[in-house]
Amino acid sequence: MQNGLEHSTTTRELPVSQQPEVDYVRVRFAGDSGDGIQMTGTRLAESAARFGNDIATFPDFPADIRAPSGTIYGVSAYSLNIGHTEVDTFGDETDALVALNPAALRKYLEGVKQNGLLIIDMDAFTERAITKTGFSTNPLEDGSLSSFRVLPLEITSNTEKALKETGLSAKDARRSKNMWTLGLVLWLFERSTADVEHWIEQKFHKKPDVAKANIMALQAGHLYGEVTDLPPDVSRYRIQPAPLMEGEYRSINGNEGMAYGLYAGATLADLELFYGSYPITPASPLLHTVAKLKELGAISFQAEDEIAAICAAIGASYAGHLGVTGSSGPGIALKTEAIGLAIMTELPLVIVNVQRGGPSTGLPTKTEQSDLFQAIWGRNGDAPLPVIAPAHPGECFDMGVEAAKLATKHMTPLMVLTDGYIANASAPWKLPDFSDPAYAPFPVKKATDPEGFLPYDHDPDTMARPWAVPGTADLMHRIGGLEKQAGSGNISYDGENHQLMTQIRAQKLEAIAKSIPPQHVESGEATGKLALLGWGSSWGPIRVAARRAELEGKSVSHIHLRHLWPLPPNLEELLSGFDRVIIPEMNNGQLATVLRSQMDVPVESVSCVKGRPFLVREIAKIIEDALGASS
Amino acid sequence: MTDLKPKDFASSLDVRWCPGCGDYAVLKSLHKMLADTGAKLEDTLCVSGIGCSSRLPYYMATYGFHTIHGRAPAIASGAKLANPDLDVWVFTGDGDGLSIGGNHLLHALRRNLDMQIVLFNNQIYGLTKGQYSPTSQKGMRTPSSPGGTVEMPLNPARFAIGAGSKFIARSIDTQAKVLGPILQAARDFDGTAFVEVLQNCVIFNDGVFDHLKDKKQGPDHTIVVEHGQPMVFGVNKDKGIRVKPGGFGLDIVSLEEDGVTEADLLVHDETNHALAVALAELGEKDGEPTVLGILFREQATEFGTASRIGLPEKPLSMTEKLIHLSATLRAAETWDVEEDAA
Repeated sequence: MQNGLEHSTTTRELPVSQQPEVDYVRVRFAGDSGDGIQMTGTRLAESAARFGNDIATFPDFPADIRAPSGTIYGVSAYSLNIGHTEVDTFGDETDALVALNPAALRKYLEGVKQNGLLIIDMDAFTERAITKTGFSTNPLEDGSLSSFRVLPLEITSNTEKALKETGLSAKDARRSKNMWTLGLVLWLFERSTADVEHWIEQKFHKKPDVAKANIMALQAGHLYGEVTDLPPDVSRYRIQPAPLMEGEYRSINGNEGMAYGLYAGATLADLELFYGSYPITPASPLLHTVAKLKELGAISFQAEDEIAAICAAIGASYAGHLGVTGSSGPGIALKTEAIGLAIMTELPLVIVNVQRGGPSTGLPTKTEQSDLFQAIWGRNGDAPLPVIAPAHPGECFDMGVEAAKLATKHMTPLMVLTDGYIANASAPWKLPDFSDPAYAPFPVKKATDPEGFLPYDHDPDTMARPWAVPGTADLMHRIGGLEKQAGSGNISYDGENHQLMTQIRAQKLEAIAKSIPPQHVESGEATGKLALLGWGSSWGPIRVAARRAELEGKSVSHIHLRHLWPLPPNLEELLSGFDRVIIPEMNNGQLATVLRSQMDVPVESVSCVKGRPFLVREIAKIIEDALGASS
Repeated sequence: MTDLKPKDFASSLDVRWCPGCGDYAVLKSLHKMLADTGAKLEDTLCVSGIGCSSRLPYYMATYGFHTIHGRAPAIASGAKLANPDLDVWVFTGDGDGLSIGGNHLLHALRRNLDMQIVLFNNQIYGLTKGQYSPTSQKGMRTPSSPGGTVEMPLNPARFAIGAGSKFIARSIDTQAKVLGPILQAARDFDGTAFVEVLQNCVIFNDGVFDHLKDKKQGPDHTIVVEHGQPMVFGVNKDKGIRVKPGGFGLDIVSLEEDGVTEADLLVHDETNHALAVALAELGEKDGEPTVLGILFREQATEFGTASRIGLPEKPLSMTEKLIHLSATLRAAETWDVEEDAA
């Protein structure tokens, strides 16, 4: 994945991914919730990233905490795409599926490509387990897997065997079967186990027995690949490092990036960060990450509910901190009235919505981008709220900084839309260099001078009002949710004043529109036959499909919105340079509807609300349908 | 020390409560107490929700935040956590604090963050024109209960005890001699101080507390408890409260008639939790006095102090923060990509 916002200096184009198993390999681990699948996947991802590959990951776990073992709904999976070229999605299809039980095979077989590799733990294919899954016969024996390359291994018993001399019970030994599997997969990728061993030692430094067992299992899996004659159709993958920009990297997911970015943003604004939140999937890791920044001065507050979470953040902003609250759709719905209060009181506040499938409780662990209307329009009254959205995990940090900058510069609440995919997916991320001009401080100047002080006097450029915080002598004033008299901020029920204040609140967004970067083209030409317009996490599949099509000589450009509200002022002009503008979005056409209300350019919507990001081939199909196969 | 007068705590806005509203008296007591105690305007923050009493911050010359319905404790908590030096007051009512905002009040009380929550209890929704509230007496006829309410009323002090409040006091709006010292004690308390003010709504529930306020009869229906003092009350100081002999609970006795002396009476211990529960409930039945004064006060861990453990002792500079952040980001596994890695 690429790094950073348009202002980042770390961007470089990587070659387009074209040939699977040559340019990139898509692996999926799947097993029971208790099999340690997420850990296995994360370790392979980390190892590949350290090796220098580009990666994209997609953890897919059940909403239930401990679903009954062996069931399909209890299957946990981790998909990753490892590339020498640029990989922006976890992949439409799986090149290699590791299935640790029949349920995992049943659930994910459909995603495996023709002639794909199936690594299967035979030991888990007992008659009872097979029947429980709904297979009528054993798929390893009934020929139903004939169009795949099957590698049935006794993973469980091999793990037990490898750990025999440790004296662990068979049950305890079996817990390390994920590490045995990982060892084998590392061998398959021609990678050593050293990075993972190092990680295990650190992770389990207080439990040396556990560390030892896991390392032994890991090495045994690796050795198995080395010494065993595998079927001739099983060949190893040789994915060279990707030509990434030089620098220091780590992997990061969107929630981590956003939490760190908000802290950085508050810091660059010369403010303390106050994060008020209530646990909700998939936004809770934001709270966890900020809570760990206490030594750095960040205050996190787990409130009694979503409303209290945002209200505490508003209180903190009023008292001079950067108040931030984070949640997902249902929680944002509860915060709605308080967002209106922040708009009325013109306080800086960042609201992060890690979107998930809706409406109502919807699909808590599945991704969607269907809260755009809610973000832009979901309040009583004329209540303008800026909305921005990062395109991928590596961009969340910079978006956190951007959010803090816009909120404080214009004295406004602001919403950041990420989603469950961006939040959980990880990618290599070039660590920020704070001496880079992109991270130039933007210290906030709070009001201190009583001379001519008016709490609702607006700066004509930014439309910010002065921020006079309690504790400041001689600037005492009262604010609240009732309409304000322009200037004095006193209560006003006057109609003319309400008209004026409504305009002022609208002008605040106009001021932001002037300050955001003009919309650029992500890939392709600035005019042409077809523009694919995206926002948020549809970035990856659109980017891959658009760049591939461009290589094939098609006239297709990718335009991606980071600033959704207000829209970049040049957007209409840019879009009018294309014969067709198609918006693939993970909702029922919300951005298309927004744009139709704002500009005179016809846009078409393609919707996908299946709880997962678009597939590359789905985008490719859009391009093909629009341009014809040979256009 | 400032030499501010009570009137210096009044903002320039005209007070717009109904003539005769009990809120005026509370506002006056508050102005006086803040002046007497040497409070600073700039360090005082008044936060309120929605309702008649929640207009109070507009009439204060301090910082003020008139927020949204029921949420004042949450907003006040955020402000206090951000700036512990502020003297934070929450003004709420029986509808704002106990109905729409009940959850926030509950959690504010249990956390024990240093602030004062003054709940104006007039047993009615005033600003929305007279519907029954969670503290309205059973059977009350209002526009939304034309046949009389069938709900059991909530006792705010008992709610506060249930929530784990560490400072619970009750007063009557017009009794400045009781209310003033309570407000002072609430301000001095290091934790969340909960003050219920029985307040008359002159329009929609006029006279509901008259039997308690009446100069002649009132003392027979109320007792002002003081820590370490025997529980004597009545117009003629001839009534008292004692522990029910051979039982569990409180007995209302007549000093002359029942053959008991002052020595037999309970001595108020504001740190006694079980006693506070019993005192909060008194007055619900005929013949029982409504208890005024500080029902319960117990020093406990203050939330702000506890939650600041682990924060830097003094705020970090921007440079320090960025250095720490860089280190934190690098606490994960990192790797270097060389220019010619491909």
